[in-house]
Amino acid sequence: MILRGKAHKFGDDINTDYIISGRYKFKTLDMDELARHIMEDLDPEFYSKLEPGDFIVAGRNFGCGSSREQAPLALKHAGIAGVIAKSFARIYFRNSINNGLLALICDTSEIRDGDLLEVDPMAGTVKDVTRGIELKSRSIPPIMMEILNEGGLVSYIRKNKGFDRSRVS
Amino acid sequence: MGKTISEKIFSAHAGRDVSAGEIVIIQPDSMMAQDGTAPLAIRSFQQMGGASPKYPRRISLVIDHNAPSPSRAVSNLHGIMRDFAREHNIKLFEIGEGVCHQLMVESGQAFPGGLVIGADSHTCTYGALNCFSTGVGSTDLAAAMLTGELWFMCPETLKVCFKGKPKEGVFAKDLALAMVARIGADGASYLALEITGEAIEEMDIDGRLTISNMAVEVGAKTGLMLADERTLDFLKGRTDERFEPVFPDDDAAYRDEVIIDCSEVPPMVAYPHQVDNVSPVEGVEGIKISQGLIGTCTNGRLSDIRVAARILKGRKVARGVRLIVAPASREVFGGSLKEGLIDILVEAGACIVPPGCASCVGTHQGVPGDGENVISTANRNFKGRMGNPEAFIYLASPATVAASSVTGKITDPRVML
Ligand code: SF4
Repeated sequence: MILRGKAHKFGDDINTDYIISGRYKFKTLDMDELARHIMEDLDPEFYSKLEPGDFIVAGRNFGCGSSREQAPLALKHAGIAGVIAKSFARIYFRNSINNGLLALICDTSEIRDGDLLEVDPMAGTVKDVTRGIELKSRSIPPIMMEILNEGGLVSYIRKNKGFDRSRVS
Repeated sequence: MGKTISEKIFSAHAGRDVSAGEIVIIQPDSMMAQDGTAPLAIRSFQQMGGASPKYPRRISLVIDHNAPSPSRAVSNLHGIMRDFAREHNIKLFEIGEGVCHQLMVESGQAFPGGLVIGADSHTCTYGALNCFSTGVGSTDLAAAMLTGELWFMCPETLKVCFKGKPKEGVFAKDLALAMVARIGADGASYLALEITGEAIEEMDIDGRLTISNMAVEVGAKTGLMLADERTLDFLKGRTDERFEPVFPDDDAAYRDEVIIDCSEVPPMVAYPHQVDNVSPVEGVEGIKISQGLIGTCTNGRLSDIRVAARILKGRKVARGVRLIVAPASREVFGGSLKEGLIDILVEAGACIVPPGCASCVGTHQGVPGDGENVISTANRNFKGRMGNPEAFIYLASPATVAASSVTGKITDPRVML
């Protein structure tokens, strides 16, 4: 499956407070409501610019800061197809995979805001159609791949009735 | 090849030899969620088809981030936690008991050689007690509550050595900020820290917790220290766990080593809006402030309140400045009352709020106004962190915050000590 969407470019150290502010996340478990406020402190218009299937493209350390899982969840509910970054903070990275939201690690320097991207999650490739370049993402541990393929940790646990020990070490 | 503290703790929990880079499925000794993360964890738990937690006694739920509740919506989220705790016989810390991390430490959930997870990024704090503790998200916590276990990657380790003695007026927080400045906001991503050195050996537990608390500010999984007499003293009467302190082998493999000469560290301030944007206090002196915050899981402990009281004794908070003080726990609050510290703070014009997160996370109890500068003892100064993206947050030690509250502008505390 190839995902096609526009790139929304951000810089380094995009923390989870920026992704979804504590002002909102404490109030509700309604992720569609939270989705309307993503990235608001960086760009108040961000949500209105989005189209379903778009990508967030960032620099280093995406998702640093608080452990709030509302961050990847709100992105997912806003219709973001995935985040492509030079690196991710570890709790965010786990949370993203646990919620079935694609998180790809690759050198995003060349991608510009508004570029059209074609992403193949299984192959781990990112094609910047606008610029005519193809990037390869770093592979992730097999257990994370399995969780992602199940659509997240909830379905993984339901299916395996726990963690599948046979698949690690 | 020898082993780091992390590798030893992971090996002991896995029941086999584990080295950095390996993935293991192991059982944490305890787990925690707070009111910002627990409702989602409980929902995921239910979606996983969870009937009851595997080890209810290993779980703690804490209502601290938004406590007492400022709204009907929040009260209903708190209700989800209370119901879950009642139904499954789980420990629940109520409003006013304190910040989750301080409570985990005081109630003996973290001990040398232990493995603790918490649905809060500053769970790394208990590394100061030689315990591998790390933050996870709500769904990871839900899986751990349900199955009693979780998958981890055993991290590589960055050694951080605080050599030499800090100068008078330089506190654990200043050293923590120096560490963050040196390593950078993602300089230790996915790594564990082993924090050592003369300055740490001489430091009280409160100060050690301050430094380990900020391990996540350099991206680290945890900020481990060695257990010594002070650690054992602190834990006496808090836990019945038969723990064994864990030491790294001499020939353990480290990713790298960072050495910080404490004798050269002045009082430090982190500039808005990045925690690794750190400057010696001289560089920012004179910036006008509207609000001070002394508290949080970084600096709300008894020794922090003591130093604030030392500075505020016989002085007044400047006109036009609000100083908010939030003791990190009821135990700290009680101790501060007994020592007469609260009297001093109130006399000076401080506003004492209940033990908990207070205005740290921007939901209540002191959201700053547009264009205002805040000086805080917290660990994060992101834009919007305290609830207003138009405000500016500076981070410093309790001494620097107290001194700045007296003058109304950022001030080197050494002139008042
Ligand atoms: S005091 Fe602040 S940083 Fe610490 S747990 Fe509470 S909200 Fe988080």
